[in-house]
Amino acid sequence: MKDSYTLKSLAVLLENNKISSKEVTSEYLKKIESGKELNCYNTVSQEKALIDAEKSDERRKSQNLKSKYDGIPIGIKDLFCTKGVTTTASSKILSNFIPNYESTVTQKCCDSGLISLGKLNCDEFAMGSTNKTSFFGSVKNPWKSLNSDNELVPGGSSGGSAAAVSGDLCVASLGTDTGGSIRQPASFTGTVGLKPSYGRVSRWGIVAFASSLDQAGPITKTVEDAAIFLDIISGHDEKDSTSSISPKENYYENLNPDIKGMKIGIPKEFRSDKLPVSTQKSWDECADLLKTNGAEIVDINLPHTMSALPAYYIIAPAEASSNLARYDGVRYGLRVKGNDLIDMYEKTRSEGFGDEVKRRILIGTYVLSSGYYDAYYIKAQKIRSLIKSDYVEAFKKVDAILTPSTPSTAFEIANEPSDPVQNYLNDIFTVPVNLAGLPGISLPFANDENNLPIGLQLITNSFEEQKLLNVARNIEKTINYSETPEKWWLK
Amino acid sequence: MVAQMIEGWNLVIGIEIHAQVNSKSKLFSSSPTDFGSKPNSQVSLIDAAMPGMLPVINKFCIEQAVKSGIGLNAKINKNSIFDRKNYFYQDLPQGYQISQYKDPIVGEGFVEIETKNGQKKIGVERLHLEQDAGKSLHDQDPNFTFVDLNRSGIALMEIVSKPDMNSPEEAVEYVRKVRSILRYLGTCDGNMEQGSLRADVNVSVNKPGNELGTRCEIKNLNSFKFIHAAIVYEARRQIKLIEQGESVNQETRLFNTQSGETRSMRSKEDAHDYRYFPDPDLLPLTLDDDWIKGLQDSIPELPDQIKERFINEYSLSSYDANIIVSDKATSEYFEDVVKNRNPKLVTTWVTGELFSILNKKNLIMEDSPITSKQLGELIDNIENGKISNRQAKEVLEEMCESGKGASEIIDEKGLSQISDENEIESLVDSVLNSNPENVKKYKNGKDKLFGFFVGEAMKLSKGKANPKIVNDLIKKKLSQ
Repeated sequence: MKDSYTLKSLAVLLENNKISSKEVTSEYLKKIESGKELNCYNTVSQEKALIDAEKSDERRKSQNLKSKYDGIPIGIKDLFCTKGVTTTASSKILSNFIPNYESTVTQKCCDSGLISLGKLNCDEFAMGSTNKTSFFGSVKNPWKSLNSDNELVPGGSSGGSAAAVSGDLCVASLGTDTGGSIRQPASFTGTVGLKPSYGRVSRWGIVAFASSLDQAGPITKTVEDAAIFLDIISGHDEKDSTSSISPKENYYENLNPDIKGMKIGIPKEFRSDKLPVSTQKSWDECADLLKTNGAEIVDINLPHTMSALPAYYIIAPAEASSNLARYDGVRYGLRVKGNDLIDMYEKTRSEGFGDEVKRRILIGTYVLSSGYYDAYYIKAQKIRSLIKSDYVEAFKKVDAILTPSTPSTAFEIANEPSDPVQNYLNDIFTVPVNLAGLPGISLPFANDENNLPIGLQLITNSFEEQKLLNVARNIEKTINYSETPEKWWLK
Repeated sequence: MVAQMIEGWNLVIGIEIHAQVNSKSKLFSSSPTDFGSKPNSQVSLIDAAMPGMLPVINKFCIEQAVKSGIGLNAKINKNSIFDRKNYFYQDLPQGYQISQYKDPIVGEGFVEIETKNGQKKIGVERLHLEQDAGKSLHDQDPNFTFVDLNRSGIALMEIVSKPDMNSPEEAVEYVRKVRSILRYLGTCDGNMEQGSLRADVNVSVNKPGNELGTRCEIKNLNSFKFIHAAIVYEARRQIKLIEQGESVNQETRLFNTQSGETRSMRSKEDAHDYRYFPDPDLLPLTLDDDWIKGLQDSIPELPDQIKERFINEYSLSSYDANIIVSDKATSEYFEDVVKNRNPKLVTTWVTGELFSILNKKNLIMEDSPITSKQLGELIDNIENGKISNRQAKEVLEEMCESGKGASEIIDEKGLSQISDENEIESLVDSVLNSNPENVKKYKNGKDKLFGFFVGEAMKLSKGKANPKIVNDLIKKKLSQ
């Protein structure tokens, strides 16, 4: 993206004293103010951000920087617990919750000197793919369709995170991805969204949705920024038992766009007649481009792809139904008084949770119930194993897999399907990656006939983030996608 | 009485023991586990289930569970899984308890108990690790229940027996035995009053030859007395129901310690569907062969082995040995005292006088006012004839009161026995010489007067004369 800061470009400007952290932070706070209509932020940390920026400038003066990126303002999905800053998960039930602890990921951001501008809107408890389930209302996509003034969904659940980067209301942002919640909104907003391998980034202090699938990652304007941000947030955390001990690499330093001799797989199961022509075209063009740049394109099979979504919608709600049991009105968050304990539970949770969250709690409770457990949960786990082995087999043949990120580009908020299952189809290309625990990245490739961004997804084997970023960087460098949305909200 | 009550009936009893792991910190957090601390003073973010908190397994607790499994002669499962047991309650912050369901850390084992018909093997079904819940305080406020989360997350071992016990006595013996093993291992302090060890007892009755009856579970029994009483009550209740032509409902019951009765808590129909599933926040637990081997090698001598050794080495009766080894502190105490002393005498003094003092003062062996060294000193004085058994009892009492050593008290009180034959002979002569009439009567057949002479001689010695020597000498002189 031209004319706006990236982590990389701003670091250089700060280093050369072309701008101070306080100046750039103020600039972004103004952008947030004038971009209020986008509804990206649940909480803006105006005062704290400016104080932190001043401190960063002082560190710069005394040459005591926390990192090269000290002083750069970012946004944080409202799912990360932040000490002293309201953390709501975009739910009424946590609308008054102020943690007295800092998530590992946001702590790592602080430790690198990044400035938090505030907490970004998302689907309630990260459940949704349009951002419509937020208690604080829908986020609006900065992009609009040619010849239409209708507002579009930014995708979800990290809709605020994606829209804020796309609309330049922060330099980069943190999201979380359970079934596509980083990649799908990145695809809808023309941004780069990276979901790391399961275990690459600590889950400690992130409001849990589905523990075996959740993974935090960056949404950025460029692949280079994604590498930089992943360097900052990744690594083993002994507070998260599922955090990997495999050593992390210096992703940015080792970023190498050379893909000569690599094999890129095109899974035939992702092909569909329903795929928009422009998306199919981008996918094909990208494959050609990679071939031109020295890679070999290989047709591969991922036979269980079509079972991924049903399995996901059993496993994720099952875990969620249990993870969300703690929001009971007893210790923190919303409490609606009742005649007795059960009455208090029922009133609190009826009032505190939105429809989609309730739907998933109900599904999850059902599939775990005795008598149904084997038929649903166990079966879904078996499918999950099959999907994992699909990818294990595939990565014996190829280095990376290229697919579309989403089955469509962004659609109108008013046109969101009322059938939840239709909505769940948004995640059809992203969900298998979570089930298999793999890293995936969505990057913008072109705009469609309505001038809306088309995202493509790359997938590599577990903990091969470096390779993933290298291929993505190769594409980015070649196409030099530089479209930005027209800032209609300023008018 | 119990036997009469159940005449013609079989009792089938299975027990779940909840034993708190003897660990300074909780199963999945680093909070301390001290008993009796200020409410909610030992609660981490994890124990309070704050958003985004994740459990991290406490390796020490795993070690204790495996050690316990070895002590229960059980199979150690190299792969086990932590599951979530989902239910809502105010003192369960997560809305689920992390426990082990299908794949526990310890599998089948057994313990041997002493019954009136001899040794009996009681099967252990499994041992698994789980978190304790918090505590609800219903009596602090008329309108609110208060919750103390200090216990929330503390590691418990649930030890499930097979339904192998057939009387309240066997049930109590089983719990005693498991408790004793855990205490020997140091994996649970076994303190039942503080709730470190409690039992849920499953009871059913049936007519011999008939199929098993419907069982009821009596929850949370925290003393041997209550375990016994609850089983007796419950068996009677079930027998009475069946004899009246009614049927027993499968249910969970609570024991009222005041009335000695059990009452229904919830029936099978109301039983929770706990929706168990593997906790996705924790990886499956995998144990290393070498690590298990290392623990096996570190297991101390356990009560059954010590009992065997005491019987062989010190010729103790099985009964005495059993009493002594049932408590680790007692068997250690015994071994301290018995070194180079007469085992029979030591057994008598430990299980007799010392136990009665502890009982009277309501003390456990660890807090005995008489150290093993002190008791040894007292026994030495008996063995070398300085004092009689009767005198020794007085000395022991004095030792308890004053804390002084046996020899010191014997000296102070001048209790030392006179065992010098010459000295005693002159005493005896003096008694016989001053009672010529009685000597004559004795010699004419009045045997009973023998005691009179002994008594007089003892009186003259102020009780210090060795009674055996007095006896022998009088007998000898009078038969001359």
